[in-house]
Amino acid sequence: MFEEGSIFNQLLVERLNYFIYVVLLLIGLWAMIAKNNLIKKLIGMSVFQTAIILFYVSIGVKDGATIPIYLPEHDPHASHLPLESNASEVGAHGPQVLEASLVSSYTNPLPHVLMLTAIVVGVATLGLALSVCLRIYRGYGTVEEDELLEKLEQMDGQTGGGRGRRRPRKRSPRRNTQESNQSRKVTSAEKSGSQKPNSSRRPNPKNAKPKPSGESLNKSETKDENRPKPVRKRRKSPPRKPREDSSQ
Amino acid sequence: MKRTAFILVLLIGLLLAWAARDFPAWGDPHSPASSSAVSSHFIANTGVDTEVPNMVTAVLADYRGFDTMFETVVVFIAGLAVFSILRGGPNRRTRDREFVVDFEPDLIVTNTVRLIVPVIQIFALYVLAHGHVSPGGGFQGGVAMGASFILIALSWDLKTALARFPIERCFTVAALGIVIYAGIGLLSMFLGGEFLDYAHLAKVFPVSPEMARYHAMLGVEIGVGFTVTAIMFALYAGLSTDGRMRDGL
Amino acid sequence: MGLELFNTLILSLLVVVAVLSLWVRDLVVSAVVFGIYSFLMCLLWAEMGAVDVAFTEATVGAGVSTVVLIATVFNLKRKAKD
Repeated sequence: MFEEGSIFNQLLVERLNYFIYVVLLLIGLWAMIAKNNLIKKLIGMSVFQTAIILFYVSIGVKDGATIPIYLPEHDPHASHLPLESNASEVGAHGPQVLEASLVSSYTNPLPHVLMLTAIVVGVATLGLALSVCLRIYRGYGTVEEDELLEKLEQMDGQTGGGRGRRRPRKRSPRRNTQESNQSRKVTSAEKSGSQKPNSSRRPNPKNAKPKPSGESLNKSETKDENRPKPVRKRRKSPPRKPREDSSQ
Repeated sequence: MKRTAFILVLLIGLLLAWAARDFPAWGDPHSPASSSAVSSHFIANTGVDTEVPNMVTAVLADYRGFDTMFETVVVFIAGLAVFSILRGGPNRRTRDREFVVDFEPDLIVTNTVRLIVPVIQIFALYVLAHGHVSPGGGFQGGVAMGASFILIALSWDLKTALARFPIERCFTVAALGIVIYAGIGLLSMFLGGEFLDYAHLAKVFPVSPEMARYHAMLGVEIGVGFTVTAIMFALYAGLSTDGRMRDGL
Repeated sequence: MGLELFNTLILSLLVVVAVLSLWVRDLVVSAVVFGIYSFLMCLLWAEMGAVDVAFTEATVGAGVSTVVLIATVFNLKRKAKD
């Protein structure tokens, strides 16, 4: 099975690196499709991106070549060095066009340049995608895909499938952490149950958390926990008075 | 759904593995990518054209300077977009975190960071300036500098870091970086060359055209460093506080 | 021979770490393991001769990408469902 010229030999022995890159690409792709959590999907996207960058950089590798920085004997700055007694060496001659045999002793710099750009753009994209995740969490209270789809379907059902004037109440994240262990079926009883003021359904484990001792956190946290929350209104109504976090 | 995804991914994988048999052998110096005319030209002529020993920096900032400028713009836009997404939501209800981070800055951590951060920043500036001769350049130096501010934010609190680098100043510095980059390009255009053709800067500065390209590359990398520093810190500040800049990580 | 062994070892570790980062349920652990993935990539590129790319990945992957992921996860629920 492992003789010369067979598929396994070609793939797994000669081109093992490329095979592993394909495996990494598949891992990233599968994570983007099949994972439920949005953050896991983003990690899959990052794995995919870095696997592609890995592949790209490795097609410029040359056997026995050195890094793409000029060696001292080809250093273009050598003409600026003070003239020493060994001026007959190659380095003192200054910048010169390299001939082909010397060119192949340096690694190809072009894939490196392109992938530098790709890495930085990749981290910018990751930051942007994470901010969208935060926004989704703020709006829907969850970052799990199946719960999100349920909520969207339920909202569509309530508004008759289009943009109605009534928008259902958004669930707060607090509510979800309380119920995250139970089944996620939303019934009308739960919907009407959301009209109760918050102070009557605060679970106790939240209050048992250690209070922060630093002063930069004290005010906002204690204010938020002790004030009774107003009943949530629809978003289509005219803008309400600014609430406690007027940090705009 | 998961099973379908798995089968689909496996099929794609088989297809890719089948195509991987056609790749050139690992490290072949005569593969089409390694023996192409463009990269051979870069390797051979970087010394005479720009006198910069680091070929990657020369290609990044001089031969392909247009790409780098727009990459900087992309980073800037990403920073802006993060803020507009996080701050522009209509319903800014308070969000109760699952766990509360103990905010007392630790004695050992703060004193160690107090000693380390100046060293990090000087090293970041060194990496930026020495990018012509050693691995480095604008991006690496800029990210290291931004990471030093993130370190301040992690060991004290975000308020301390924001007192040193407010968010408005972040965006001003980021925009300044792009202005520097485009400004050098426009200067070359006003002196008679094309956009980002640095050799024409030798008409105003008393250096040879090759050294003009050398120094203009440094200026351009400084611009890139500004933008990347500011945006990396702004990214962290926005994401760790959900856009509110208050009780950060 | 030593270099090939190094290459094979790092590549197999890379696959293991990628799978692990997507398998654990705790998102902070996932982000930290993703930092390990970044670091292994950096080693691989340094061995291949791509020193600039390795430097960038070291700063960006470990310095910014991991920290930003963890900072975001602290604002969300820490436990993923799958």
